[in-house]
Amino acid sequence: MYQYDQYDHLIVRERIAQYRDQVQRRLSGELTEEEFLPLRLQNGLYMQRHAYMLRIAVPYGLLSTAQMRMFAHIARKYDRGYGHFTTRQNIQFNWIELEHTPDILADLASVEMHAIQTSGNCIRNVTSDELAGVAADEIIDPRPYAEVLRQWSTFHPEFIALPRKFKVAINGALEDRAAIAIHDIGLTVVKNEAGEIGFKVMVGGGMGRTPIIGTTIREFLPREHLLTYTEAIMRVYNQYGRRDNKYKARIKILLKAIGAEEFARQVEEEWADLKGTEETLTLEEMERVIAYFQPHPYEALPAIDPRTGHEDNKAFANWLGRNVKAHKQPGYAAVILSLKKTGVPPGDATAEQMDFMADLADRYSFGELRVTHEQNIVLADVKQSQLFDLWKEAKAHGLATPNIGLLTDIICCPGGDFCSLANAKSIPISAAIAERFDHLDFLHDIGDIELNISGCINACGHHHVGNIGVLGVDKDGSEWYQVSIGGAQGNATAIGKIIGPSFSAHQMPEVIDRLLQVYLRERTLDEKFVDTVQRLGIAPFKEHVYATPITEPGRLVGEDEYA
Amino acid sequence: MPDQKIIKGNQIVADDWTVLRLEEGQEPATAEVAAGKVIVPLKVWQAQKETLAGRADIGVWLNSDERPEELTEELAENKFDVIAVNFPKFTDGRGYSIAYNLRKRLGYTGELRAIGDVLRDQLFQMKRTGFDAYAPRPDRSIEDALKGLTVFSETYQASVDDKLPLFRRHVRTTGVREHNDIGSGI
Repeated sequence: MYQYDQYDHLIVRERIAQYRDQVQRRLSGELTEEEFLPLRLQNGLYMQRHAYMLRIAVPYGLLSTAQMRMFAHIARKYDRGYGHFTTRQNIQFNWIELEHTPDILADLASVEMHAIQTSGNCIRNVTSDELAGVAADEIIDPRPYAEVLRQWSTFHPEFIALPRKFKVAINGALEDRAAIAIHDIGLTVVKNEAGEIGFKVMVGGGMGRTPIIGTTIREFLPREHLLTYTEAIMRVYNQYGRRDNKYKARIKILLKAIGAEEFARQVEEEWADLKGTEETLTLEEMERVIAYFQPHPYEALPAIDPRTGHEDNKAFANWLGRNVKAHKQPGYAAVILSLKKTGVPPGDATAEQMDFMADLADRYSFGELRVTHEQNIVLADVKQSQLFDLWKEAKAHGLATPNIGLLTDIICCPGGDFCSLANAKSIPISAAIAERFDHLDFLHDIGDIELNISGCINACGHHHVGNIGVLGVDKDGSEWYQVSIGGAQGNATAIGKIIGPSFSAHQMPEVIDRLLQVYLRERTLDEKFVDTVQRLGIAPFKEHVYATPITEPGRLVGEDEYA
Repeated sequence: MPDQKIIKGNQIVADDWTVLRLEEGQEPATAEVAAGKVIVPLKVWQAQKETLAGRADIGVWLNSDERPEELTEELAENKFDVIAVNFPKFTDGRGYSIAYNLRKRLGYTGELRAIGDVLRDQLFQMKRTGFDAYAPRPDRSIEDALKGLTVFSETYQASVDDKLPLFRRHVRTTGVREHNDIGSGI
């Protein structure tokens, strides 16, 4: 993984000094809260419902064990013993004191980490494929380019006060595991016929209250132009993006307003002044960064069937089937540690679990871990021969729930329990659904399905692209949940369709159950839930869900038009 | 305003320019431009160009939603000693791109001044994008604001202040891990 050189260290050190001074000025009253707000946001510090929340950058989700142990330390020393891994492959702590934040940054710097641009109206942490570098379907490892972008965007002087937040994702494999189509910029690493490396550039994807799938504005951008072309996009957006309405300020709205062709033309015009200037990446710089992402020193091992010797162990087989992914190196596999055990908020891990995951990575996976945008943790380089031992250990720590890609592998934002933006709670909905379907055979029978829950329209829980999406809404001061189906992420990204009037929290498990009943009744052999929805449309699902009221004694049945 | 001060370059200096701001509803064509050094709004300049063009003591300021390209002709003639960019709100970052384009695309070499909601924590990025003069908000200490110019001693990316990005300015060390070349990283 990337390691800081003297310049990276210097910039992060000077950042801490700057931020420490800003906190001091806030505490002394020299800075008003209004003035401090964008400064703290650019450092990932939010004021939440109960306390400050600090979001720490995990560039493209990649972590060393020392970094993971630092999270455990922060959880113990400055928080309440746990942290929350996010859909942006970052981690956030929910109970932070403002006065402690400069010291936390200093602790982070000791393991080459920071909280720069994890929030605010600037270029956010670049996200990528959690299987980068090891996936069998990979064309080129995207991480060196994500790192080059990270450095370029760090404190970019021109793009620090954009109309709105700006998210970039990069993918290097055939399968899109980075959800690039729902990002402001989505990059796919490709090779052209001459074998040159470049990017397919997609712009204007995003969720929030206007979900839009990104549009490709360039089929092939030679890699040396990555920074100048991105700069051209940013300059057009910074000048012409709307600033009068924060809900219409994302680049997707600009793209829609002027059209993708016109947008691309403006970018090309801006780029004409930049193309070939000294901002162009050099081969030396690309090779320098690529050198940090060389494959680990794998042993030459035969590919084996990890079940051998454990044929009767159904639990192990379930885990292998769901939580273990193919690796490009024979004899190795990638393991997903599930942070979706029933009863635990999705993405949460305790300090003990963090330390334990670091131990596992040291012993089984070259001392590295990755955070997934589905809020799980990956050990990417595990010997197949060690999977059984790893499984037993992970199981003992509540990290081997065999539910990756299943109904209970829910993407869920922190919702109204923590977030001051939320209209409704999301964690209890996730918990009630997980509890209702806490039956492994049933879950495995349902198969691949993505259930995503957001507590508000900002869509941190990616509800638009869930096969089943749940959105918390406020109606006359009470919490309701709107359900959509047919959304999908990845290569066939689709925005889900709302099935009808909203439901109360208590109705949600039954709503999910009814949706599944239609699927089980109508599915063809091996057909996934989302494919059944796409084949039949939402009508049969809607009809069944609303056919009879979902009642609960003493409780309001639902919205008026539905009751 | 003889005792008015701004930051120019890296120091606090006396400033003898006046910034003309229109009242709400005031017509650019009829706004009175006083004698002496005045920085007028772009719209006033455009409406009164015929009379103002003869004066050597006129500067112009752009608001964040105005385009520097509108001054292309004047810039080619080196018309202004001072151009200012207004930050109506410190959270409005359009001024940085305006400054960049004035310097890089339109080749402006005179004084480029940040006016409006200008606070200490913006000065570093203002300097980087091409400003060389700053009129910090009058309710704040200008001495404190000066500290905002020297926050970082290194930066990653190129901008107006340095056309070379870090990777061209310095030889950066590489910690290459030993490996056996399975699947090239490239």
